[in-house]
This record gives sequence, C-alpha cells and structure tokens, in this order.
Amino acid sequence: MSTLVIAEHDKSDLLPATLNTVTAAVQVGGDVHVLVAGQDCSAIADAASKIAGVSRVLVCDSVTHAQDITENMAALIQSRSGDYTHVMAPASTFGKALIPYAAALCDVQAISDISAVVDSHTFVRPIYAGNALATVRSSDSLKMITVRTTAFDLAECGDGRAEIENIEDVNATDSVQFVGQALSPSERPELTSAKVVVSGGRGMQNGENFVMLEQLADTLGGAVGASRAAVDAGFVPNDYQVGQTGKVVAPDLYLAVGISGAIQHLAGMKDSKVIVAINNDEEAPIFQVTDYGWNEDLFKAVPALQAELEKE
Amino acid sequence: MKILVPVKRVIDANIRVRVKADKTGVETTNVKMAMNPFCEIAVEEALRLKEKGDAEEVIIFSAGPEKSLETIRAGLAMGADRGVHINTDATLEPLAIAKMIRAIAEKEGADLVILGKQSIDDDNNQTGQMLAAVMQRPLGSYISKIEKNEAGFAITREIDAGLEMLQIASPAVVTTDLRLNEPRYASLPNIMKAKRKPVEVSTPEELGVEVSNRIEVIQVNEPPAREAGIMVADASELVEKLKNEAKVI
Repeated sequence: MSTLVIAEHDKSDLLPATLNTVTAAVQVGGDVHVLVAGQDCSAIADAASKIAGVSRVLVCDSVTHAQDITENMAALIQSRSGDYTHVMAPASTFGKALIPYAAALCDVQAISDISAVVDSHTFVRPIYAGNALATVRSSDSLKMITVRTTAFDLAECGDGRAEIENIEDVNATDSVQFVGQALSPSERPELTSAKVVVSGGRGMQNGENFVMLEQLADTLGGAVGASRAAVDAGFVPNDYQVGQTGKVVAPDLYLAVGISGAIQHLAGMKDSKVIVAINNDEEAPIFQVTDYGWNEDLFKAVPALQAELEKE
Repeated sequence: MKILVPVKRVIDANIRVRVKADKTGVETTNVKMAMNPFCEIAVEEALRLKEKGDAEEVIIFSAGPEKSLETIRAGLAMGADRGVHINTDATLEPLAIAKMIRAIAEKEGADLVILGKQSIDDDNNQTGQMLAAVMQRPLGSYISKIEKNEAGFAITREIDAGLEMLQIASPAVVTTDLRLNEPRYASLPNIMKAKRKPVEVSTPEELGVEVSNRIEVIQVNEPPAREAGIMVADASELVEKLKNEAKVI
C-alpha cells in the first residue's frame, strides 16, 4: 500500500494544507510519497522532504507547472498513478478541481472532502452541508481523495529525511492559457489555518466597516473571514467566504460578527473549538452553536471588545 | 453555439435535512425538492449567453428518476429551449453521470457545457471536472465570469487566494461559482410554455453507460451536536471567559 500526496504550494512555500493531508495519508497506512510540481520549486521540495512520515518526494520542476493548470497536473498524476493505491490532495480549490479530473482520467470514482479515515478503503465525509456524515467504502483499486484539512492535525515538519527524486514532465495542454491572477494580499495568517478567525456578515453594512474586524483580528493574531451574504454584497472579496461552498475553517476561536448563521455558513465553521457571536438579533440561529453569545449592536460591541483587549 | 446545461434535483436548500432512523441516508419522502442552486446559476448563464447572441440553443440535461423531469421543466421555464432526460432509478455517481453527459454532448455537438460546481446534497464537487477529463475538453472550474471570444472563452475563476483569469479553447466545460450571476425567476406564462417544450427521454443503457457503483454508503449519521453555550453581557465578561474558561486568548 502506498499513498501519493499532492503538495499544494504558493510558488514559494509549501502550504500547511499539505501537512494535514500527509497526516490523513499516514492514517491510511503504507508508504507516503509527496509530489511537488512547479517551476524552480527545489526549496518547496526540500521542505516536503522534511515532513515526518514521508519517505520520498517526487519533484517535477518544469515550466509546464509554472502555473497551476488542472489538466497538466492531472496528466502528471495519471502518469504516476500505477505506483500507488491512494492519491490524496487537500480539499482546497486546488485539490477539489484536480482530484476529480485526475480520477476520471484513471476511470476512478473520486472521494471528496474526507473528515476521517476508517481503514484503507473506508472513509467518513460530510454531506448536506455537514448536516450528515456518510461512511463510504470504495471498491476502486486506486482511491483518489480530497482531504478536509481541518479534520486532520498538521504533520510534524523538520525531522523527516525523505529522498528526493526528480521526475519527467508529461505533455502539457495548449487549450488552457494562464492570463493572470488578482490575489488579495494580506499580512494576516491564511484563513484556513489561522488559530483565530474574525468573520463579518451582512450586519457589517459595508466593506469599510470591515476595518473594525481587521483591527480585532490583528490584535488577536487572526485572519478575517466573511459570510456568503457579505461577499455577495461586495463588502469583501470571494476568498473571504467561509461556508459549505467556500472555505472550511476550524480555528481555536471563531468570532462571528453580524452573521445570522445560515446552514451553509455553519457548515464552514461549526467544527471550530470555541465559537463567539455578536449579533443584535437575539433569535439569530448562530446563537444555537455559540459557546459565548453577545446580544448587542455590533457597532457598540466591536469597539468595546477592541478596547477591552487593548487594556492588557 | 449550442450550450448544454446538466442540472440536478436536490432537497430544497431551505429545508433542514434529517438523517433516517435506520442510518441509510437522509429523509427524502414528502420533502420539498428543487433545482440545485449552482445548477440554476448555470442555466442563467447559458440564457444570458443566448440573449447576448453568443448562443443559439440551450439544452437542459438531467439524469435520475421520473421526477427529474420537473427539474428539467424548471430550466425550460427559465427560458431554455429543450430537454434531455436520462431516466433511471439507479444511484448515480459523478463518474457515471459525466459519461452520460459526454454521450449527449457529443450527440448534440455542444460547444459549451455549463454545470454547477457542486450539488448541495452530496457536496461532491466532481461532475464538471470529470466531464472535462472524459471528453478531453478544457476545464474552467469555479467561474465568476465568462466571455466568448475568437479563441474560445475568457474566464475568471474563484480560487482560494483570490481570482484567476484563463483563456480556454472551445469546445469547453465550465463550472459555476456563486458570483457568476443571480438566477431569474420563471414567470407564470413561461412556466406554462415550458410544458410544451420538447424533452427527449433516454436511459443509461441506450447511452452505453454502466452505472454500477464504486462507492458503497455504509452508514449515514448525525454529526455530533454542538450545545448552545451562555450569553455574555459585556466585553469584559467575554474577554474574561475567553481567557480563563475557554483559554483561547
């Protein structure tokens, strides 16, 4: 039995989601290899080789992988799939696009967003926005899986000494051309791996008011998120969205400000360790899942909380 | 240009689902069903491309039991031209559905297939990607913008770090994210008109697609419930609790 974990990186660093995915792979059992594909990605490959539990790192350093193009990455996975019983990637937009594509190339039914490994062919995954948990068993000889990163701890990084093997590229598609990206620059921790997340909803009224939440997040060393309603209203960019179809987060502290608590939002944050909500509607459904609720006008509560935290 | 839009019938997004007592799935008897919200966005985008003059025909596809016809009619009521229903009571997995869509897309000569990125029941987020792979057509996943041009389609994708712009060749497969558009409601006259629009019926067998399942659902359980906690009165109480009780700051 052997698992190939597909490394996710941002062209300079290995992303923590890769470490969560390695933990899931270790739970499956057998050898764990990591595939790093990119251009000038030797530093990322070095980082991957130090992950505990990983015995080999396959590196495809090529201009083909200068950008993340699903078709090119999937073809590379298919070319190596004969050596593995499992292929796993984080359930990020990267992995969610990639794994089903690669699985179809290999004529395999992919398994999405697993939250637990029962045994090497049985997994638990949330369905219906996390309102039910399905235990599923795959009869495919090759299992291709995306991993809900918040459900698995980060693998230790630093002591591992995996061997690094350079691998050949396969033909690249010419029917998909990279044009550009518009990324949201942020000095704050990445939303899906932050220890503290401060999220705003429709109650924030506009984008400018999110500055209050940014200050709170900075004081707490956290990231800023948002409900779908706040993103749809244009208050903040799409990459802030926490929920069933956005990002799934499970920080130590989730602070929901002006968020009513729609099912699809709860799906993205209800596994947080401690949930706090500030809302002026005492009937808001968010209060059914909070550890600490504060029924107050957020425009009074947030500055008061900021002042209280700054007292320290 | 001909556009094919596969749609799925799911439990209405506003219904709170219940796990069945025998743990074989969730309760669907006497539960309100509707078109999957991401599929509605896909239908809307196809209609907008047609209204702009970029497309001549919009075909709605659905695979599933007799009742799936209602979902196809919902797409026709929004303004699509005709439907294709693959009638089957079998449990369908994304790979099998992708192969059925391929058969119809090839038969119809569809230049663009627009799918919702995910259905809100199984939350798989797979069919569009699998379709692109089995058809060997360029994929645009999670799009928030699409424009037809001479080289194919200019698309914008919603990715975890922000937005990404790609140029993909035609014919192509794209999947819709939330910000692509806001779907229209069907007007009463259009609902009446939809009843007379043609819907072709076929079966997986006629398409030569095997629907045996690769994934067995062993059990479906309720997630562990979160207990509602306490209400605090002010900032100092909240900070005190977070520090000394929850120990998270």
